[in-house]
Amino acid sequence: MTAVSVPTPTAPRRGLPQGSQEKKTRVFVASQGTLIWWRFRKHKPALISAVVLILIYLVVLFAEFFAPFPQENYSVKYTYAPPQTLQIFLNGPNGLEFRPHVLGYKSVLNQESLKRVFTLDPEQVVPVQFFAQGEPYLLMGFIPATTHLLGPTAKEDPMYLLGADRLGRDVFSRMVYGTRISMTIGLVGVTISLLLGILLGGISGFFGGWVDIAIQRTIEFIISIPSIPLWLGLSAALPSDWSPIQVYFAITLILSLRGWTGLARVVRGRFLSLREEEFVMAAALDGSSELRLIFLHMLPSFMSHIIATVTLAIPEMILAETSLSFLGLGLRAPAVSWGVLLQEAQNVRSVVQAPWLLVPAVGVILAVLTFNFLGDGLRDAADPYSR
Amino acid sequence: MLRYILKRILLMVPTLFVISVIAFIVIQLPPGDFLTSYINNRAAEGTLISNEEITNLRMQYGMDKPMINQYFIWIGSILKGDYGYSFLYRRPVSELIWERLVLTFVISLVTLLFTWVIAFPVGIFSAVKQYSLGDYVATAFGFLGLSIPNFLFALVLMVLAFQYFGLSLSGLFSPDYVEAPWSLAKVGNLLQHLWIPVIVLGLSGTAGMIRTMRANLLDELHKPYVTTARAKGQSKFKTLLRYPVRAALNPFVSTIGYTLPNLVSGSIIVSVVLSLPTTGPLLLASLMAQDMYLAGAYVLLLSSLTVVGTLVSDILLAWLDPRIRLSLRG
Repeated sequence: MTAVSVPTPTAPRRGLPQGSQEKKTRVFVASQGTLIWWRFRKHKPALISAVVLILIYLVVLFAEFFAPFPQENYSVKYTYAPPQTLQIFLNGPNGLEFRPHVLGYKSVLNQESLKRVFTLDPEQVVPVQFFAQGEPYLLMGFIPATTHLLGPTAKEDPMYLLGADRLGRDVFSRMVYGTRISMTIGLVGVTISLLLGILLGGISGFFGGWVDIAIQRTIEFIISIPSIPLWLGLSAALPSDWSPIQVYFAITLILSLRGWTGLARVVRGRFLSLREEEFVMAAALDGSSELRLIFLHMLPSFMSHIIATVTLAIPEMILAETSLSFLGLGLRAPAVSWGVLLQEAQNVRSVVQAPWLLVPAVGVILAVLTFNFLGDGLRDAADPYSR
Repeated sequence: MLRYILKRILLMVPTLFVISVIAFIVIQLPPGDFLTSYINNRAAEGTLISNEEITNLRMQYGMDKPMINQYFIWIGSILKGDYGYSFLYRRPVSELIWERLVLTFVISLVTLLFTWVIAFPVGIFSAVKQYSLGDYVATAFGFLGLSIPNFLFALVLMVLAFQYFGLSLSGLFSPDYVEAPWSLAKVGNLLQHLWIPVIVLGLSGTAGMIRTMRANLLDELHKPYVTTARAKGQSKFKTLLRYPVRAALNPFVSTIGYTLPNLVSGSIIVSVVLSLPTTGPLLLASLMAQDMYLAGAYVLLLSSLTVVGTLVSDILLAWLDPRIRLSLRG
């Protein structure tokens, strides 16, 4: 089996300050980190993606604050209520006023289908406010608070910015909570893959010989098992009485079972080429121990590549979790992830009736896109001395 | 070369053995066994099974013996072509799987061809006219295609078709043809329905391939041999197709082995959404119901397909690329 790496397109030397003598000196004395940063910041999509990802992870950290309602709040009165638009100004008797509000619902029972049909009623103004007082929660698990970023002024008023699902739960709040699981499952899975990959890839590349052959054969074997039937089989085998936390970790383990192989190959390749470098030989001749060689001399010089590879591996995990949960084999309610939310959209008829059920997909696409851009930018910047 | 092929085929044997063990373990993992779920199912339908019948069934499937013996009974009958009995569908597994496997394979192969037909010209265009409007459009499409999960794309297409045209996109045949025996008319009907899963499945592959093609070709285009060929008066188009494109194609050949099984594997989720008569929905149902013989046969056959695919691509690559072929002699 031959893995062929795909080279990135050649581009002129980017990102380095050019021109005057003074600037050139700056380049010569710049540290590797500075050089990487100079090149990275020229990659605008990557830079924007980094900012977006930081924002997403802020939502992950403070989900309770950003979500107007708890994830399980339901109201049968508002089954499949359509999204309202948040309006900041109200055209009142005194002209435009700063009064954030949404429009209330007028519901009509359709005599033919016996379904409740909602329309937004311009007569009903539901006042909402920023930093509203709502359901109490524990911020980050230990700080008691009641403030939500946005909420209806009167607690029991309806506010469905992204519509309601079949139980009248707020899709927006659930999506905010789903962000937490979807965005961390990739991180946890990649961390496990990374540990395994560095350990086994490092051993394989550093020692070579029969150890290398054995590990390489194992990797080839794991790759030759088709991923989805394996994932389906293993997830179907999870006992149904496990708690959401147990299922969460079992799923990450299942996903990283295969994920580590790619990373191990990258690490091994790097080790193999670095072993021959002069600076490693010099350090070895100076009497450095093997551990010192690996962790002090070799690891730092390919850390940036690993970070880029890891970044590109996260979206695959996010997609895998979403697909598994969508099929009903991944996380299960009451756990909420984007995939679990999309399960509601499995039936075409319910999506036609309530297209906003597909909104969590926007989260998936955004996450995958930003991680891919960031990874691309990091990969380009990883080796600032090249080209 | 012949020795290389022989060696590779011999190496396949242990791999296939381990795969069969893993398939067996995966199926045995869920608590309880398929007989308990079978008995529960029957009980739910109102037919009680006598204890005697249960003991007979256990004996028949060797379930009273230790795990290792069960494995050998299972793999032994598979080698003889007997895939066992599906408790879910109450039919022999071999009756259930082959038509679906063939359809899965046809869809994957057509998707692969579709991906290539679209991706190669667009990728070449994108590289030759770098930073043109067309290149930006292709790049944007590439990123979107990579980030939209297949099954979501299928879902959105279905919803749109239903809402605006009142069409149901699911399935591979019109209702009249589903149960009909194979005929020319049925094949024609299949071709009419095939394009939806092909587009859905081909989206991410096409996007990825455009990006790879563009990157590979950009690397080649600025090499001295291209300038030499041009300096000797060869036309631009001929030079392009004759040298750099050929060199840029290499990585594709080496990934055929992965691409095809990946397509088969990826089509599982899409075919559940589109309810295609392929392996996907049946595999899912059999795993959920612990229908061991059915699930086991699928996992085993799909994995074997991957191994064979990899072998084919390695041989193709060795045959195409003299550098690899020569290194094998040493």
